[in-house]
Amino acid sequence: MIEFSDVSKIFKVKNREVKAVQNVSLKIEKGDIFGVIGFSGAGKSTLLRMVNLLEKPTVGTVKVHDTDLMKLSPKELRGLRRNIGMIFQNFNLMTSRTVAGNIAYPMKLEKVPKKEIERRTKELLSFVGLSEKAKDYPEQLSGGQKQRVGIARALANNPDILICDEATSALDPETTADILKLLKRVNAELGITVLLITHEMNVIQEICNRVAVMENGFVIESGDVYDVFTNPQHPTTQRFIQSVNQDRPSEAILKEWRENGGNHLYRVLFKGSTTHTPLLSEITQKYGVYFNILYGTVRELQQQMFGNLLVSFEGDERAIKKAILELQQIVEMEEVVVHES
Amino acid sequence: MKVDWALFWPRILEATGQTIYMVLLTLIFGAIIGIVIGLLLYVTRENNIMESKVVFTILNILVNIIRPIPFIIFLVALSPLTRIVMGTTIGTTAAIFPMTIAAAFSIARVVENNLISIDPGVIEAAKAMGASSWQIVFTVLIPEALGPLVLGLTFVTVGLIDFSAVAGTVGGGGLGHIAITYGYQRFDTSVMIVTVVILIVLVQLAQWLGNTVSKKILRR
Ligand SMILES: Nc1ncnc2c1ncn2[C@@H]1O[C@H](COP(=O)(O)OP(=O)(O)O)[C@@H](O)[C@H]1O
Ligand SMILES: [Mg+2]
Repeated sequence: MIEFSDVSKIFKVKNREVKAVQNVSLKIEKGDIFGVIGFSGAGKSTLLRMVNLLEKPTVGTVKVHDTDLMKLSPKELRGLRRNIGMIFQNFNLMTSRTVAGNIAYPMKLEKVPKKEIERRTKELLSFVGLSEKAKDYPEQLSGGQKQRVGIARALANNPDILICDEATSALDPETTADILKLLKRVNAELGITVLLITHEMNVIQEICNRVAVMENGFVIESGDVYDVFTNPQHPTTQRFIQSVNQDRPSEAILKEWRENGGNHLYRVLFKGSTTHTPLLSEITQKYGVYFNILYGTVRELQQQMFGNLLVSFEGDERAIKKAILELQQIVEMEEVVVHES
Repeated sequence: MKVDWALFWPRILEATGQTIYMVLLTLIFGAIIGIVIGLLLYVTRENNIMESKVVFTILNILVNIIRPIPFIIFLVALSPLTRIVMGTTIGTTAAIFPMTIAAAFSIARVVENNLISIDPGVIEAAKAMGASSWQIVFTVLIPEALGPLVLGLTFVTVGLIDFSAVAGTVGGGGLGHIAITYGYQRFDTSVMIVTVVILIVLVQLAQWLGNTVSKKILRR
């Protein structure tokens, strides 16, 4: 669907070079909700803007539907752009047009007949839940409503790709959740492939099936959201995941626990079906040791369960060792170090 | 020496008509030329939709040279060209030529400034929707800038009433001519007061009209 092959983008500012995107290769498949996450300045927007050639790659190729964008004539490029919807952090609606006028605009560019524009505008307004606001002007809308108009406008010409530049970053958490739900519907009901960029891990966690992490222009990690979430490799990825998935209590709590005789603290990761069985009880009973859950979460991610628990064990030292060895056959676990100060 | 008001009122009326005629025609032609130059200044800027260093630099220098020249000097300096274009340098119609040129360059800057204040994100969105550069000019830039543009044109119109009076002093007709011949050369205060009052009323009318229209467009 969208393919970046060894793409770099270098901006020349005065006599300084900014390497905004460096050697990125990524493939976004049909039906994906693909998320690119990174801190501000990582190069996400630049990468996204190369999908409709708002930004030209300095080297490498970007293909959409197997077409190399750099080989398109200006007219063909405009045609392609009409097939790629785009939404923005600041909505970018025209202040001189009503809600309906904004949604009709891309269809007017396509010279769609007036009657059809009217019908489609109504349909889109109802899809995004703004039927009552057709005659309002953007300044009369809340941020979430503006983004709904942005989405309706992006969908007007029945695109098969929707690209989103920080579409929820200007919204409060509740509105963000609504917009994310709408994007999910765009993907599921209309079969539109979504490529989004964000600096918020919860956006990735909520709706994406695949993710790439960017830093300094490089993609440092990518894969299925479940895999990256449950087994992050790069420290930056781990930081992002910790931002939504705090997996450790404060050091003060841990120290207190240790001072009260706590010992044998392990991080246990349950993935998929291992969360369905009473694994911890079974094995600890077998060896006559006790376990205590100190901290953790069990959550659903991409229709799969994922548990991340801090568990301590009590009892005979040798029995604990055996129990842990057996547990390690089934789930991932490693000892957690409590810093002594 | 006293003025015969029975004879004088029709002259005042005629002069007011001439002033309105000069200002309106100047506004129409000046706005057309000014909007074109202003748009060109904007779209040919660096990184803009029709970037062209040559066109931008030429226009920019031209605007910068012409705009600061005091109108009375400009009027005189331009008179050879006025003669070529209009056939004469005297009379109301002849005055329209230098007024239009001066107005066009003022309006060009006003237009350019209004365009600069449009959110670039909106232009980018249109680009991403597959709009061509010309479509962006006519379906995004002009409608988005229209509200403040009307206010800018109102401001220029008030200036044009001033220009017309200046043109009147050097043979352009209109209220300026009346004020000079009666009020200045014959020291007739009552004529002076009448013309001043009419000028004030004209300015107020223009301002009111401009405010009303721009309010309608801006919806506030
Ligand atoms: N048009 C531009 N000219 C010069 N530098 C740019 C331009 N666009 C982006 N950059 C630079 O490229 C880097 C990546 O920017 P961007 O893609 O916007 O990052 P992100 O969206 O991840 O915050 C930043 O250092 C930014 O300053
Ligand atoms: Mg960005």
